[in-house]
Amino acid sequence: MKQLGHPLPIRVEFRRQLTRKRTLVAFLLIVALPLIVVAAVKFGPSSDGGGGFGDGDLDLVGLATAGGWNFALTMVFFASGFLLLILIAMFCGDTVASEASWSTLRYLLISPVPRRRLLFSKLTVALILSAISILILIVVSYLIGLIAFGSGALSTPTAGPFTETEAFLRIFAIGTYVFLSLLFAAGIAFLMSVITDIPLAAVGTAVVVVIVSNILGAIEALGALREWLPTNFANAWIGFLNEDIEWTDINRGISYSVISFMILITIAVLKFDRKDITS
Amino acid sequence: MHPIRRLIAVGSAVVLLGLVMSPSASAEANPEAVTITGGPLSATDPNPVALDADLYLPNQMPAPAIVLAHGFGGDKTGLAEQAEALTSAGFVVLAYSARGFGTSTGLISVNSPDFEVADAARIIDYLATRPEVELDSPNDPVVGFAGGSYGGALSLLIAGYDNRVDALASDITWNDLESSLFGQSIDQSSELGAYKDLWTGFFFSRGLVNSDGQVTNCGRFSPAWCDAYIQSAQSATLTYDHAQLMRASSPQSITDQITAPALITGGQADSLFPLAQTNANAQQILAANPQTPVAVMWHGMGHDGGTNERERLDLAITQWFTQYLFKQENESPLPAFDVSIPGGSVSTQNARPQSVNATTNFYPGLFGSSQQKIVMAGPEQTIIAPAGGTPATITSVPGLGGALAGLAGSFATTSFPGQSAFFQSAPLEQALTVVGSSQISIAISSDRQVLDAVLFASLQVVSANGRTTLPQALVAPIRIDQLTTTPQNLTLDLPTIVAPVSAGDSLRVVISSTDMSYRLPTDQRLYTISMAAPAVNLPLVSELSVQSQESGVVWLFVLIPVALLVLLILFITRSRSVGVPEPVQSDAAVQIPLHVSGLSKTYKGGYQAVNDVSFDVPAGVVLGLLGPNGAGKTTTMRMIMGLISPTEGEIELFGEKVTFGAPALQQVGALIEGPGFLPHLTGQMNLELYWRSTGRPGDPFIEEVLEIADLGSALDRKVKAYSQGMRQRLGIAQAMLGKPHLLVLDEPTNGLDPPQIMEMRSVMKAYAATGRTVIVSSHMLSEVEQTCSHVVVMHRGHLIATGEVSELLRDRGDGSLEELFMEMIGTDLTVGK
Repeated sequence: MKQLGHPLPIRVEFRRQLTRKRTLVAFLLIVALPLIVVAAVKFGPSSDGGGGFGDGDLDLVGLATAGGWNFALTMVFFASGFLLLILIAMFCGDTVASEASWSTLRYLLISPVPRRRLLFSKLTVALILSAISILILIVVSYLIGLIAFGSGALSTPTAGPFTETEAFLRIFAIGTYVFLSLLFAAGIAFLMSVITDIPLAAVGTAVVVVIVSNILGAIEALGALREWLPTNFANAWIGFLNEDIEWTDINRGISYSVISFMILITIAVLKFDRKDITS
Repeated sequence: MHPIRRLIAVGSAVVLLGLVMSPSASAEANPEAVTITGGPLSATDPNPVALDADLYLPNQMPAPAIVLAHGFGGDKTGLAEQAEALTSAGFVVLAYSARGFGTSTGLISVNSPDFEVADAARIIDYLATRPEVELDSPNDPVVGFAGGSYGGALSLLIAGYDNRVDALASDITWNDLESSLFGQSIDQSSELGAYKDLWTGFFFSRGLVNSDGQVTNCGRFSPAWCDAYIQSAQSATLTYDHAQLMRASSPQSITDQITAPALITGGQADSLFPLAQTNANAQQILAANPQTPVAVMWHGMGHDGGTNERERLDLAITQWFTQYLFKQENESPLPAFDVSIPGGSVSTQNARPQSVNATTNFYPGLFGSSQQKIVMAGPEQTIIAPAGGTPATITSVPGLGGALAGLAGSFATTSFPGQSAFFQSAPLEQALTVVGSSQISIAISSDRQVLDAVLFASLQVVSANGRTTLPQALVAPIRIDQLTTTPQNLTLDLPTIVAPVSAGDSLRVVISSTDMSYRLPTDQRLYTISMAAPAVNLPLVSELSVQSQESGVVWLFVLIPVALLVLLILFITRSRSVGVPEPVQSDAAVQIPLHVSGLSKTYKGGYQAVNDVSFDVPAGVVLGLLGPNGAGKTTTMRMIMGLISPTEGEIELFGEKVTFGAPALQQVGALIEGPGFLPHLTGQMNLELYWRSTGRPGDPFIEEVLEIADLGSALDRKVKAYSQGMRQRLGIAQAMLGKPHLLVLDEPTNGLDPPQIMEMRSVMKAYAATGRTVIVSSHMLSEVEQTCSHVVVMHRGHLIATGEVSELLRDRGDGSLEELFMEMIGTDLTVGK
């Protein structure tokens, strides 16, 4: 027998995804966000002392103009709640369902790309694209912040100023955390992508689940139950801004997210193993 | 996936989940109510008081005992929760109501050595008689004392007076009652301080009403204390006798006798017994007996409220007693100094500032392990002390402290114009944390000679955007006996605070003439204040290290690789392509590339699309799969291609059983139920990317294939712009990529015009002529007749005929395939049932 290369190599799947317009639009959105915020801060009406968080809260917006690093931090804060969520849900939710909707899924499977191999390539590329989105957001925000607000050192109300190296490491760690904590949504989107042939349904389900979880998290009456919500630790990356990193919630957040991701992907793989492809 | 392997995957996930989220257990206890004979009722009545107590017993006995003493105004019932916790830690716990409180008899003597302390000694006697309590020697039980406030002072006093006490934990209490109730913050001064009007009143009022609700002049106080309180409160001064009375009830009088391991804790939110009192207790014990194990904690609670750290404090107390009463050999269970830094970090839950705990292995005291001078600027200022002492600044209000506490550790204050002098620093370049009492020297004079100048000094933090906070709402009271128009230099100990200051914040020292909680002079006067030295001396403890409550990154090091491993195993199994099967495996396989036997498919919902279909496809032929719409042709083809699984029966491709993604499919090219392409790519790109994603080796024969598709320049246009016919031709081209041994085409002529259909026929015939096999499905009988040498005829999921076209026609006499077909199915053309 002749030994083969992998069917659906990661490289090929990358080309298939990168040539898509939605990928381009996603990356453009990410670049646009810091530009819009810079414009708003520079040319918008001045605020007294920044805010939006109320007295005593972490005033990230007030600190946004302190320099490139702080600006990047603020952008991550803005984007992590919704923009990055939608992007990661799109990359992971659209990937299999859109092949089904184009009828290309069956041609990949009969070529034959083994089913798990197909999911592996798809998931890998979706996650890499998601990670790249976060990276672009941080790098572009930093550069834009550097140009607009100068090279002030990263500082927060409770810590800093940090050295350049430490600022880089901390923001990188924050980006990593945001990525890992969004794996939960990625898992839901990917599972739905395998179940449904409608890309929008897969992306939408993940986003809706996160929004519902956020709403439940705001209901004080739920008490300790809220600790079990998947979005409970969404902001735990703030722990990286403390002088001594606050690992407790970071650990829990990552643990919950990675475990639920693992379970969701396992279900997705097992479902796809037996699925009759009728699209 | 194999069921067992699936079980393992799901199982390991559940175990991981369980590890992250394990609940804690709780215990319950039923105390035994006992009445203990205490010390004498009074100086003149030697009859003993009856002390009401609850005894909590652990599972294992005999065990060391812990006596819990309550705060002023409370009784034994308030100690139940702590008692139960300590019982489940293995201790015999005795919680009792002090004399004059709860249902214990006697009158309150505020921890007098002759009365309350004598009671405590009787309690030790009592414990020695209980068989459940471990003994050091006869009449000497292994016993620890713990309490907060009133009970905290008692714990210190009994440990000083009675050497049978083996360990103590004393929280938020006084060292010296006089300096607690008459606050004096002039450094090293022994002069009587400013009277804490509100706090003292609040404190004593809890003992004024009798247990039966009757109101009398002295309530439950002993005559001596009643007298002392009433006179002091009226005059805001102390007589010698009263000072002596208070001294006897102060741990200061006996701290040099304490050798039992002492956990001395105090609250940052405490304007009644501030941290300076806690500090004095700890330092006096250490000064007299340096070998005594002492651990100090400055937690965030106190008589003003603060942030709830009860759980943390209780844990420390349990650890302390476990260490010293169970006499474990290892070192002190607690760091020498443990302090919570309010606002030391940002909450990861709601982005609000929250406390962090930090520790050092030595106790730095009130003035830090090092000092930093910060220059304060401000001109000489004259302030007014208003007539009648009103309006007065409001900082912390006794009994309301908790209600006023909005944010962890920071308060805004209400003050009135002209009553405060300000001295402010430039914005700090580096963040720092003040841990202790800052010192400042001022020069002060008044507009005329006054006898009791009362002032209040504080250290405030002014943030870059102008927000001012007064850490813990604490002010340092100052009372100057005699003040004249000649400036007098004073060094002041500012309040003991723990406050992180950010870079960019400024510090501000404020000297005010009023504070609502203190007795103020009623005649109006002016004070003139300036800095005697240009800087404030800030206490810093650079050795503080923050404890992380969890073992940091370790979790992740375990969890993430495990998760990755599970996913990798999942993906690696059955995701590799096996090698290309050799085209020739057996004679049968060469002659019969496709063998279908007993094939059935019932969809969910019960619709049976294919029912017991068996046929063989010989090599080198064009075989027509024939039947009206809904006959089951496409379902059969999908099963052949491993897209759906048969309910029953088997398919063999080149001698190999077809499953999802079977390697034999590498020798098959197919067009099933219309073509599928990436709409955003050109036709050419689609074919190239498709070939690369199949992972098949060898030549795709892309030029030949494209010639058949005959798309011309359209190849470089995006597929979404194609007509149906163009897509169909591109689909056929894609199926033929790499010239597979078996070509499966489902309704290939859909959307083609007649010349293209003609062309397609010859292409298929030519393809079969090379020894390869073509299966074509169609519902157009004449179409099949012209192309195929063999047919498989299906109707309603059943196979109704199979064989060579010529033979079938010969058996049924002359005629077209169409006539034959109509004959076989009759008029039953209804489909899709």
